[in-house]
Amino acid sequence: MSYIMIFIVAIFVNNIVLSQFLGICPFLGVSKKISTSLGMGFAVMFVMTLSSVVTFLIYHNLLVPFKLEFMMTVVFILVIAALVQMVEIILKKISPALYQALGIFLPLITTNCAVLGIALLAIQKDLSLMQSICYALANAMGFTLAIVLFAGMRERLSKSRLPKAVQGTPIALITAGLLSMAFMGFSGVGN
Amino acid sequence: MNNLSRQNLTRGIFRENPILVMMLGMCPTLGVSTSALNGLGMGLATLFVLILSNTAISAVKSLIPNGVRIPCFIVIIASFVTVIDMLMAAYTPQLHSALGIYIPLIVVNCIILGRAESFASKNTIFQSILDAIGMGVGFTLGLTLLGAIREILGAGSLFGWSFLSEDATPILLFIMPPGAFLALACMIIVSNRLKEGK
Repeated sequence: MSYIMIFIVAIFVNNIVLSQFLGICPFLGVSKKISTSLGMGFAVMFVMTLSSVVTFLIYHNLLVPFKLEFMMTVVFILVIAALVQMVEIILKKISPALYQALGIFLPLITTNCAVLGIALLAIQKDLSLMQSICYALANAMGFTLAIVLFAGMRERLSKSRLPKAVQGTPIALITAGLLSMAFMGFSGVGN
Repeated sequence: MNNLSRQNLTRGIFRENPILVMMLGMCPTLGVSTSALNGLGMGLATLFVLILSNTAISAVKSLIPNGVRIPCFIVIIASFVTVIDMLMAAYTPQLHSALGIYIPLIVVNCIILGRAESFASKNTIFQSILDAIGMGVGFTLGLTLLGAIREILGAGSLFGWSFLSEDATPILLFIMPPGAFLALACMIIVSNRLKEGK
């Protein structure tokens, strides 16, 4: 698989949120304003790329030699949780400005199934280190694109009047359904 | 059974249903509900993990220091998920491959950590088991219902039993990703309307 193809497929064709349903919680939760959704997108990009490197190295240098592949889920979730905590501490020290922008989103990312999901998928697909980095980055970009588009639509929607039963989550889900339908137009590309 | 126990048992099924009211565990809900059977399988796997983790966490709650409780909960949950993952791979290989990546992702299902943090870490073992059964059954029911709706509309069958004639075309959209969002939205709207009527 060429690197450009990884990006096109992950961003448009198999969008992580809209066709693989990973990271739905932040997608629905932090998408009321474009600015916050952009912050969330960048935080995910940062953590996902970093965690793909770390989990790749741990899997191939620690778990495989000791035949502990079945511990993958336990080890990965711990690594991701520790990594997020560490990123938070380092950012606070080194770049307070960046911490201001991303800080509140970082704790949320630990329970973001997209990060663990991509780490597991990269192992399943048997990618090389460089490929998994691209794979993680591309998927995170797909996440950012989806959440920013979605936030834009929700900003407009908040100005319209809706029946009480449809307000909140239902209309958000319908919007996401329409967005997902639009992305289905890309299906078939790259196969 | 006294009043408190009954309340803990039924809370998750109706009043605080994880899917329809609390909106927890959305990723597996949308991802695996392509058929009623997949929904049921995922629901039962989650129910099983939830009962085990609630029991274990409630049993060891006094031993865990407050500052590191979340990582401890995650390790306990992840261990049980690994057990389920391996059991399903051995005994139900077909379902295991249909659910795929969503089985290890039970670890990050907000329902399980949510119940551990808000219920099991504060209550007795027996009450925690009741709470887990209630929440797990509520999740399973919601997931199976969503799976059934999508399977009936999108594939013209229910639990794999097809009722459409050969030349009829089902609404394929409903087993594709957009259908998951739309079907779930409709389910929540109906449940909101029913609640408003009360």
